Amino acid sequence: MSNLLEINNVVKRYGDYTALNNVSMHIPKGSVFGLLGPNGAGKTSLIRIINQITMPDAGEIILDGEKLAPHHIEHIGYLPEERGLYKSMKVGEQALYLAQLKGLSKSEAKKRLKYWFDKFDIGAWWNKKIEELSKGMAQKVQFIVTVLHQPKLLIFDEPFSGFDPINAQLIAKEILQLRDEGATIIFSTHRMESVEEMCDYIALINKSNKILDGKLEDIKKEFRTHTFQVGLATSNSKEVEDKLKQNFEVLPADFKLLNNGLKLNVKLTNGNSANDLLSYLTTQGEVQHFVELVPSANDIFIQAVNKNS
Amino acid sequence: MKRLRLIIEREFIAKVRNKSFIVMTFLSPLLMIGMGALVFFLMKKNDEKVKKIVYVDESGMFSKEVFSDSKTVKYQDFTALGIEDSKKKVEEGDYYGALYIPKQDSLEILAKSIEFFSKDSPSMSIMEGLEDKIDKVLRHEKLTSFGIDIAHIEESKIASEIKMLNFSGEKSSKLINGLKIGVGAIAGYLLMMFVMIYGTSVMRSVIEEKTSRIIEVIVSSVKPFQLMLGKIIGNASAGLLQFFIWGVLFLVFSFIASSFFGVDMMDMQSAKVSPEQMEAIQQTATEKGEMIVQEIFRLPLVKMFFLFIFYFLGGYMLYSSLFAAVGAAVDNETDTQQFMMPIMLPLILAVYVGFATVINDPHGPVSVIFSYIPFTSPIVMLMRIPFGVAWWEIAISMLLLILTFMVIVWIAAKIYRVGILMYGKKPTYKDLWKWIRYSG
Repeated sequence: MSNLLEINNVVKRYGDYTALNNVSMHIPKGSVFGLLGPNGAGKTSLIRIINQITMPDAGEIILDGEKLAPHHIEHIGYLPEERGLYKSMKVGEQALYLAQLKGLSKSEAKKRLKYWFDKFDIGAWWNKKIEELSKGMAQKVQFIVTVLHQPKLLIFDEPFSGFDPINAQLIAKEILQLRDEGATIIFSTHRMESVEEMCDYIALINKSNKILDGKLEDIKKEFRTHTFQVGLATSNSKEVEDKLKQNFEVLPADFKLLNNGLKLNVKLTNGNSANDLLSYLTTQGEVQHFVELVPSANDIFIQAVNKNS
Repeated sequence: MKRLRLIIEREFIAKVRNKSFIVMTFLSPLLMIGMGALVFFLMKKNDEKVKKIVYVDESGMFSKEVFSDSKTVKYQDFTALGIEDSKKKVEEGDYYGALYIPKQDSLEILAKSIEFFSKDSPSMSIMEGLEDKIDKVLRHEKLTSFGIDIAHIEESKIASEIKMLNFSGEKSSKLINGLKIGVGAIAGYLLMMFVMIYGTSVMRSVIEEKTSRIIEVIVSSVKPFQLMLGKIIGNASAGLLQFFIWGVLFLVFSFIASSFFGVDMMDMQSAKVSPEQMEAIQQTATEKGEMIVQEIFRLPLVKMFFLFIFYFLGGYMLYSSLFAAVGAAVDNETDTQQFMMPIMLPLILAVYVGFATVINDPHGPVSVIFSYIPFTSPIVMLMRIPFGVAWWEIAISMLLLILTFMVIVWIAAKIYRVGILMYGKKPTYKDLWKWIRYSG
């Protein structure tokens, strides 16, 4: 799969402060790419550079094989974290204005807006002013405006903030559908559960440096600890636990099971495989629960950032 | 260019649709007329009230003719009563005041020992009127004591009138000079008002985009500089429309006024002057009328028009880009104060300089210097132009204005593009300096 966006050795300084220090990453076409990092890490600086709001001091950005240039703004859609629309402007006029700024003709913009307004069932809002809408309603309008010009690259900064769970689900579905239709999506968020749900790739920025990037799956493999949650219905818990300790590393567990029984986290050591563990367990009682502890995006985030600090 | 047009269009529509714009466009001329009428009415009322002044003349030098009644002041001779009783009467009765002229040995002492008693402090114009009357009498006395015939003095009064010509033999008059002052002053004043109203409007519009946080969406579609320029032009277009409407309204009102109240207006003017003076004025008016028309056409009208447009736009663009930068630097309007001061100062200075020096001496050194300095030149030069300014002076002034405009727009754009994305702390001048030096 080729890359839609390549960020090569980008440096951005504000006076003495370095916001981005030699950051590189490649964003594959048709993927959802999670851009993660603690507050103040440099995510917004990078996003602003991709949007050509600011220019990098060094490095280059390649969009779809071409060096990033002003005409590319028509191929980028950006939903900033700090949302905003003209408060006293009517919804329809405003959407038309913003779409035209992105290079759509008025008639084309009208046609597409009608499609989206019907889809979200918000046609009645056309002549309302933004200040008359609730926050969630305004967010929907802003989402439509972001995707209306069918950009190749979509950048969503905290797209779910301000949405109730139902509307958040709706937006998540739309984002994934846009990906399936061929758009590439950069997704910046602090909500790790949505990273798990949506992202194919992630990159982690901390203190102006990229500290991690790749396919989410691969990163998870890299961060796996080979630890299994084990639930066993057995009469001689103590004995089993002692026995396990001889061959494996046993850690206390705090997961919940329906039945009372032995609950343990077991880490594979000494070249033992999961099958070795499982076959031993089956001899000792009924295995009720056997799951590999896959590191969550949250765990990876915290681990990587702590290691880096 | 297409985007710039879109921005201008939006700014223009947003401004024109605004309720305060509509109210201001149609209400403020009415308010102005109403206020003018009110002031006129009050002044008339004030004058209508007849003031009664009594005088006690112990010197015997002042005849009844000296204290002859006028429309607004009536005099009564209380000499027989004596000053103490007169004062009592004045205090109790409906009198404006009492003038006491004691008997003195010499005119000099007398001149310094005349007193006026009143309940409230008397108006300056009344006091000056009384002093005039007294001066005249005393001067006559003095002249007579020198043995000079008063009649000779009266005859010797001659008023000269110097005809003003330039070297190509064109005549001009004081009247046309007044006209030039008027045209220049109105142009300069209009520009100042325009910059103040629409410059701050640009600033407010920038702040609105910042506080509503739409700015980041917009600048991901257009260059900040385009946005700033679009704002400045859009607001100016709205302003020009407003001025145009005011102009039309003014013409309509004055047409209505002259057709309905034409006679009244003549009365208003004649109220202040006696019939003989009126006649004289009318006579000179018809004589000079033709001359004025000629003079007006002899003014460099085409040049004035184009220079007016140049300085008007130049001045507005220069200042409004600064206003845009201020708007970008702050988060809300209350924080603008410290940055507004240095912008307003040269603007106000220009108007003061214009009224103080250009009117007196349009080609004096102060006027010339201030018509070069780019921050004051739009206003001061506009005021000077009707008097005829050498082409090279205009060229220097225009060149300086254009150069400064380019530098200032560049600086303002720098501050603007950084400022619009900065939130939180109110920036200091040091911060602004840092922003200007940021690259890209």
